[in-house]
Amino acid sequence: MTATTPATAPATTAQPRRFRLRLTRNRKARAGLLILAVYAFVAIFGPTLVTHLLGQSPTAFTGQVLAPPSAEHWLGTNQDGVDVFAQLIWGTRSSLLVGLIAASTSTVLSVLVGLVGGYYGGVLDQVLGAVTNVFLVLPGLPLVIVLAGYLQGRGGSIAVAIVIGVTGWAWGARSKRIQTVSLRNRDFVTNAKLMGERDARVMGAEILPNLLPVISSTLMLAVVTSILAVSGLEFLGIGDVNTVSWGSMLRQAQERQALFSGAWWWFVPPGAAITLLGAAAGLVNFGVDEITNPRLRVPRAPRVKGGRA
Amino acid sequence: MTSPTDERPTDERSAGRPVPARRADDRPVLAARDVTVHFPTKGGAVHALDGVSLALHRGRTHAVVGESGSGKSTLARTLALVQQPTAGTVELHGAPVEAARRRRQRREFAATVQLVLQDPFSSLNPLHPVRYLLSRPLLLHRPKMPAEQLETEMLQLLERVALVPARRFLDARPHELSGGQRQRVAIARALAVRPDVILGDELISMLDVSLRLEVLNLLATLRDEEGLAMLYITHDIATARYFADEITVLYAGEVVETGSGEDVTQTPAHPYTRLLVESSPDPSPESLAAGPGGDGERPRADAVAAEPPDLISPPSGCRFHPRCPLARPRCAEASPPSVEVDDGHRARCWALTDDEQYQRGSAA
Repeated sequence: MTATTPATAPATTAQPRRFRLRLTRNRKARAGLLILAVYAFVAIFGPTLVTHLLGQSPTAFTGQVLAPPSAEHWLGTNQDGVDVFAQLIWGTRSSLLVGLIAASTSTVLSVLVGLVGGYYGGVLDQVLGAVTNVFLVLPGLPLVIVLAGYLQGRGGSIAVAIVIGVTGWAWGARSKRIQTVSLRNRDFVTNAKLMGERDARVMGAEILPNLLPVISSTLMLAVVTSILAVSGLEFLGIGDVNTVSWGSMLRQAQERQALFSGAWWWFVPPGAAITLLGAAAGLVNFGVDEITNPRLRVPRAPRVKGGRA
Repeated sequence: MTSPTDERPTDERSAGRPVPARRADDRPVLAARDVTVHFPTKGGAVHALDGVSLALHRGRTHAVVGESGSGKSTLARTLALVQQPTAGTVELHGAPVEAARRRRQRREFAATVQLVLQDPFSSLNPLHPVRYLLSRPLLLHRPKMPAEQLETEMLQLLERVALVPARRFLDARPHELSGGQRQRVAIARALAVRPDVILGDELISMLDVSLRLEVLNLLATLRDEEGLAMLYITHDIATARYFADEITVLYAGEVVETGSGEDVTQTPAHPYTRLLVESSPDPSPESLAAGPGGDGERPRADAVAAEPPDLISPPSGCRFHPRCPLARPRCAEASPPSVEVDDGHRARCWALTDDEQYQRGSAA
């Protein structure tokens, strides 16, 4: 997609209308991106800051058990006497990493399968369609549980993420294939082919950018569902037990009956973190939709209207 | 300039209208020879084109006129090698060209023949700026072009289609342009490869009426200045008359009349062409009732209001006979031969062979 803007940039009066810039101009996308940026910042720098500035660790015993939030322990401590805030920050890093890896795996797979199958059609399409259908009817969760249990010792949470990605691409591939089929016979694609463009370029530069709304909507959805899936696995005790994550925090809170002891500070923060991330992903999704589909956009400045009757 | 062949001689552009009269040795740039296109369907083959021949000459416009379903777009697509003919050949500079399956063949063919599609709203990828749309054909056909030259060429292309100031249009995206501007971008993109032939499929039908003349004049200028051969497909015989040197009238996939624009529109020989001319722009019964004021064989409104022809099992004999005001028993039995009404003006109608009075009427 970076290839769509030629590198030569003359001094023109017209504004450069790059995708990135327009994404920050859209209010919904901006709000979503801001939240995502905070998450990313926390995931990258949070653990270091918590260790050095607050002197907290996600595993160390603090001396206080089930203490409510205080100036010293911002989100209190859990039954093991560990600082919940520190756990939440560390959990953000591992949860985001796993979610992103799983989501990119499934998105890349679904785009490849959908685009290639939809564009070429014929036997290739039928084979890819059959594979897609097989992955659709595979019972996802049991498969993930089995594979994750098997891979636990071998690759940790990264392996689990890839398993989630590999089992979750089929729906996305279907929607991308359908979109590709509808774009394949559009005039601008015919024109590119007539001009003698390579198939890879027709797919990459003509069709793929038009799939962006579908891709971004499934990507954001995939990030959220992957995080939910990983959290779910960890909640069930199947994920990597040594990592501190939102899922493992929730599992501990459930096992130690945090609800009955009224320790809301133990389970509300990881739940809220997942929810807010989902909301942010949704906002970005709406924004991308508006940008890539000009018809959804509200015009800001008067412009020359098309003459379609 | 990377090579001396990059530039056309400039004196050619300023030479004014180089319209040669039709000469015997005037070899067509692109031609269709007895092209037949059938589309197989479950109910039988759709006869989109049957034995259509047509030639495009340098510096001249050939209009193909016909109603929806007459096969005009199929003809354009066949000439552009998008559609493979069931029978017959497409000839480029007199040599038959095979269907361009390979990318290299497509690119070579596209360097000579460019198809401009009807709908400028779907022929330009909405996500690409004009800069990208114009740079692709330039780079595909001359891959080593340096960036500054690319820039200059793109600006020149935009100026040639009267999109000025060109720099402002370079970074615009299709949705920021009007229909007429978009179609001019599409024309500029076709011109980028310096083709010899432009195939225009209903180029102006999606444009506002006020913009149509502008685009037609632009095309006429380009044709005259660069000696382009042009195929102009339209359902509107009035613009064909204004713009084209030759007109071919298609009905239900067959050529019913062909000749110079003047002859076909002033003295139409085939009853279908007459109806088109008389009722231009739309063949309504009211305008037909006014009649040609001619030879007593006034077309009957009810004959014309009939259904369009079924292309899976086309009418026997002359395909126009179920709607023809002059239909006689013979018309349903055999397909009429091509009759030379005048020099280079041919039509296929039994009335031309049988009917003295009709011939005189058409020649008048």
